[in-house]
Amino acid sequence: MSTPDLQTGPDVSTTSAPSPTPPPPAAAVGGAKPRRRGGKATGPRYPAWLAAPLLTYYLVIFVAPLLLLVAFALATQADSFAGEQYAFGFNLSNFEAVFDGLYLDVFVQTFLLAAGGTLATVLVGFPLAYWMARHVSSKRKMLVVLLVMIPFWTSFLIRTFAWKLILDGNGAFAGALGIDILYTWKAILIGLVYGYLPLFVLPVYASLERMDWTLVDGAKDLGATPWRAFRQITLPLTRPGIMAGTLLVFIPMAGEYVIPQMLGGGRFLFIGSVIQGQFIGASNWPFGSAVSIALMLILSAFVVLYVVSALKEEQFGE
Amino acid sequence: MNDSATRRRLLTGWGILVLLFLYLPIAVVIAYSFNANEAVSNWTGFTLDWFTRAWETPRYQKALGLSLKIAVLNAIIATLLGTAAALALGRARSKWKVPFSVLVFLTLVVPEIVIAVASRIFFVKAHEGFSFFPSLGWKTILMAHVVWSSAVVVLIVRSRFTGMGSSLEEASFDLGAGPVKTFVQVTLPRLLPAIVAGALLSFTMSFDNYVLSVFTASGDNETWPMAVFNDVRFGVTPAVNAISTVMFLVVAAGVAGAMWFVTRKSGEPADGRG
Repeated sequence: MSTPDLQTGPDVSTTSAPSPTPPPPAAAVGGAKPRRRGGKATGPRYPAWLAAPLLTYYLVIFVAPLLLLVAFALATQADSFAGEQYAFGFNLSNFEAVFDGLYLDVFVQTFLLAAGGTLATVLVGFPLAYWMARHVSSKRKMLVVLLVMIPFWTSFLIRTFAWKLILDGNGAFAGALGIDILYTWKAILIGLVYGYLPLFVLPVYASLERMDWTLVDGAKDLGATPWRAFRQITLPLTRPGIMAGTLLVFIPMAGEYVIPQMLGGGRFLFIGSVIQGQFIGASNWPFGSAVSIALMLILSAFVVLYVVSALKEEQFGE
Repeated sequence: MNDSATRRRLLTGWGILVLLFLYLPIAVVIAYSFNANEAVSNWTGFTLDWFTRAWETPRYQKALGLSLKIAVLNAIIATLLGTAAALALGRARSKWKVPFSVLVFLTLVVPEIVIAVASRIFFVKAHEGFSFFPSLGWKTILMAHVVWSSAVVVLIVRSRFTGMGSSLEEASFDLGAGPVKTFVQVTLPRLLPAIVAGALLSFTMSFDNYVLSVFTASGDNETWPMAVFNDVRFGVTPAVNAISTVMFLVVAAGVAGAMWFVTRKSGEPADGRG
């Protein structure tokens, strides 16, 4: 039996219009925005100046520092004995140095591992979210959601450190099993997946939970295999959640500092460690700023490409 | 039919496996906090010494106190700033809405380490330029923490605010109540769960933060995560494990209590993180 209506029938693309900016987890859990058309604002409401304090705060404590960071990235550090002296201007030499051999390798290494970590998080986390939404009785759902969240509320450093104990080749766990991967990229990968799993699982779970499962039942009644129903209905309908989840995980992974430091033992460099070194160790602020800006730019390019390609796929189907 | 039963069993098995994965490190930390041997990797017997030892270490007391102070102030400031902004932007069709949303979004998308170094440069230069601006210390740590936390509060509170419809507020305004009265009597009671969630999340994010803190602190301000990081590098940490065990039990008990309270009160559990 054929299922001609699967592509066009249930209007998959409009029921869950994805916002170009992925919703953060809190927003993913919240309600839908009521849309109001035409006319002026309705009735009296809370005054707009209530936003002014936070706006001012952001301009001073968030935007100004970022602008200063750009200024420093374009400055040069003058070699002098008179302490830190900078020559501000429009100097791109820091950026040239960033993409020089050694640092380029660190960038590639960081982004490969962040991408690998994101992929592994999806593979581990999606079945978990699916199980939570579909196979956990509604009585126990709350409990399982909390079980996923509780580790997230306990110290990130301690949990990462615990992996060091677990993966230690001389310890009682990996050591006993004859596994020795501490201070390698494998250990970092485990740490990344472990640290960020809840950030992926929760938005995906929220979108699976909101989904209209009768569509899947209908597809199966019309003869679709479970795999086909999953690919053509479940996956497109939960795409906003998956997108939000992957971005929430990929961005902090690429900027991660603690995990590679602890589980990589400083032998496996991440961009975060390079940046830290320029500000607290060797202290070359202009170069450290350029590395930071480069990280941000590359990350933004990734995010834009990802969002655009995901939206395109949504529009034209598989 | 048989197929779907197998699938179900596989998924359940996977789910339980991942939950075990999530709790394995926590179990290890708890177990080692009772380990008599100081070298964490060997088990030589049961002891409660580390709990008293941890409690009596002045450095840990100081670090925990500092983190607590910053986290509480951060939660208060972020909740006030964030809730006010959420009220103004929640339903307003104002021209501020888009730029503001972009800013909030940016604070959460720019990698933490980039915000951290930008803040460090800015705070150092601001102190050099203006004597009233605090030097690197607990105040600058707090200032950096508020950026993130207030963004989270805005998102949580605004999504609840827009979700609950505006008819009650409009009625209140129409009947002549001012913004303050409307807020206290109409909006606040319904918005409270979201505000509390935002405040709790702000507290946790601040209390647990390492990267922002380490870049915006001077040498002699050690927050609890900084103390953990410094000690953990040398690997000898039974007292840190002991404190972590206590904190985990407090969080678990708090969550269990909240869950009991919520399910008893309404029968309909509150949603996710928000």
